[in-house]
Amino acid sequence: MAATATSVAVPAAIDRKAVIQRYATYVILLGLVVWLSANLINSPSQFFSAGMVGLNLGMLYALIALGYTLVYGIIELINFAHGDLFMLGALFSGFLLTTVMGQEHSDFLGIVLLLVTIVGTMLFCGGINVTLEFVAYRRLRRAPKLAPLITAVGMSFVLQFIGLKWNGSTPKQWPSVLPEGSFGIGEFQVDYSLLAVIGVTVPVLLLLRWVITSTRQGKAMRAVAQDQDAARLMGVNVNRTISFTFLIGGALAGTAGVMYQQVVGTTAYNLGYQLGLIAFVSAVLGGIGNISGAVLGGILIGLIQGFNDGLPYGFGQKWSQSVVFAILILLMVFKPEGLLGRPTTEKV
Amino acid sequence: MAVDVPAKARRMPGLAIPHRMRWPLGYSAAAVLVFLAYYYMIPNLGPGGQTFFREWLPLTSVNEALVWVICALGLNIVVGYAGLLDLGFVAFWALGGYTAGWLMSGFFYQVDIHLFGGALGTAPGIHISFWLVLLIGAGFCAVWGVIIGAPTLRLKSDYLALVTLGFGEIIPQVFTNGDNVFGFNLTNGTKGITPVDPIAIGSFKLGPFDLVYKYVIFVLIVVVVVFISLRLREGRLGRAWLAIREDELAASMMGVPLMRTKLSAYAVGAVAGGLAGVAFATHVGGVLPDRFNFSISITLLAMVVLGGMGNVWGVMLGALVLAWVNSTGLPQFGTSFNEQFGTDINFPSYNYLLFGGILVLMMLFRREGILPESRTRLVLHEPSRTDMESLGADMEAPAPELDEEPLLKTTAADEPVITDETGTGTGMGMGEKV
Repeated sequence: MAATATSVAVPAAIDRKAVIQRYATYVILLGLVVWLSANLINSPSQFFSAGMVGLNLGMLYALIALGYTLVYGIIELINFAHGDLFMLGALFSGFLLTTVMGQEHSDFLGIVLLLVTIVGTMLFCGGINVTLEFVAYRRLRRAPKLAPLITAVGMSFVLQFIGLKWNGSTPKQWPSVLPEGSFGIGEFQVDYSLLAVIGVTVPVLLLLRWVITSTRQGKAMRAVAQDQDAARLMGVNVNRTISFTFLIGGALAGTAGVMYQQVVGTTAYNLGYQLGLIAFVSAVLGGIGNISGAVLGGILIGLIQGFNDGLPYGFGQKWSQSVVFAILILLMVFKPEGLLGRPTTEKV
Repeated sequence: MAVDVPAKARRMPGLAIPHRMRWPLGYSAAAVLVFLAYYYMIPNLGPGGQTFFREWLPLTSVNEALVWVICALGLNIVVGYAGLLDLGFVAFWALGGYTAGWLMSGFFYQVDIHLFGGALGTAPGIHISFWLVLLIGAGFCAVWGVIIGAPTLRLKSDYLALVTLGFGEIIPQVFTNGDNVFGFNLTNGTKGITPVDPIAIGSFKLGPFDLVYKYVIFVLIVVVVVFISLRLREGRLGRAWLAIREDELAASMMGVPLMRTKLSAYAVGAVAGGLAGVAFATHVGGVLPDRFNFSISITLLAMVVLGGMGNVWGVMLGALVLAWVNSTGLPQFGTSFNEQFGTDINFPSYNYLLFGGILVLMMLFRREGILPESRTRLVLHEPSRTDMESLGADMEAPAPELDEEPLLKTTAADEPVITDETGTGTGMGMGEKV
């Protein structure tokens, strides 16, 4: 009796909600299009340069967001320390490239050493991430959800402390080995640094895609993400797979750190918290746990931030954090599964 | 703080103190003791003792610790009672602080409102009595608690934490950038609003050095928040919060209105946050947006976690200890250490390590906190998976302290272990359960 009653009532409620959501999405998208085209008509060159800055940021966000998404997808933990790992990566790359290898100009040797630095930073950040997992998260894997989350926040503070001791409390400037200047396409200028970021990010993303789809370890990751216990019964070493996921996530954060340090040139100990949260919003926007969603979300958030900061009708840089978090809140309220994610149903 | 009345007094038939009177008496005794110490004893202590107290336990840091206690008790209602992880609690503190900034200063010089205020009658601006502002700030924050909570409280643990974090970032940023809201100066930007009026009791105004009286006022606010926490927890609402914390689905099936209960937790927590904000504004004598950053939320969370989620006295202890370490203990220890060993170590910069370390170590080794609430301890040590899944998990690298289920263990040990010829072990207690 009761079952029939609910089965009649529930679809109606869901339908109404879905319709409201759909129309709300249309309204938001329409507003976005109007805003963008108003800016484009007003000043095309400014629009283009803001978009370029946004794309630049977006690539970095995508790299960081992938780390969040991989870890969340596999053990459902929001790894708050991930952003600070990125900060440590930026510090380490500056340390390695400038202090250890002494490279301060852009020439051929600089590019080679940059590649060495990328590999070194990837290993460094991946190692830290694996250590964090081993020391803290592994023991809490079966604890109530609050416990690992608070641990992650605590770890973020510990990493910030390391950054504070390493970088000092004031922002630090680093020389760049990327070629300066820009070239023109028609009347628009494109920075070389954007090309460098694309040149590093895209191969790394393709490599990640290959690892996840085609290797044995990638298959194990997908299996563990589906169901840890079933994977274990099938002979997958769950602990090793999770460690491997943390390693990849850390390596991606390290790559982002190198590129950030090269392109922006300034590091600060609290950098990771700010950028990490924005990257997390990107991961959520794309649908957390979804790899291509993280890339899409990262680029979208980067573009939104670039447009907001650089366009005449934007809110300006001082509100850029607020804009990103407002997106997060709206998204959480209306579409928590993200753009590419699948809505999860509660297991009863 | 609140000590139980000694066992002897309880046993004496004539002097038996009813159970519900115990904590108020213990609390008042402790508060009066501290008051007397600072009002009478320490000024007459002789130079050595005075220096010691001025350096290691100044009354300002006691007062500041009390403000932290008020706020941490508010967070305890949200996190400890209702189990809603809030990483943006600083928003309420900031809102309360700015309420005091707006209503107790000459900031809005365009208007001229005086209501039992602590400023001269001729001064421009809004000058409302501290006590009224306490009420207004609490109400304002409660409204904001509902505004923030209404759309977001449908979300579950991680997502809720993130959304609150978002609000905790946006609201201070609004205060930072609020010096030009459509041409109107709402918050004075990064310069903040100073000075805030002194507290006035009748015609008597507390000057900057009347710290002892400020201490009394803050102790009174703390007792109000403690009273609210304890009474609500025993009542219908408190039990509904606990039910939601332990199993939301089960609670809703048993008829607990989820949204209303969660919203009330948010609102009550926000009230405490607002009280703390007003108290803080008068303690410092102004409000600055820089003071309301993310690390405050984390410090509050560390206080709740360290003391013991859900236990009022534990949280109070955690807040007092951490606030003291934060404001006086660490710098003072650093100075002494550096003097002693001739080193030059910047101890206050170890704050991050300290608070992060506390969160991690507590979660790893003593999740229930220093003074745990019995129920929290049980919940936090219960494996979250079903027996079937735990059995699978046991096949590799177990974490014995999490797997302990005394009841199951004893039955398994009591039963004789039967092994058959093939050695597969058929008669194990654990195996048969599946």
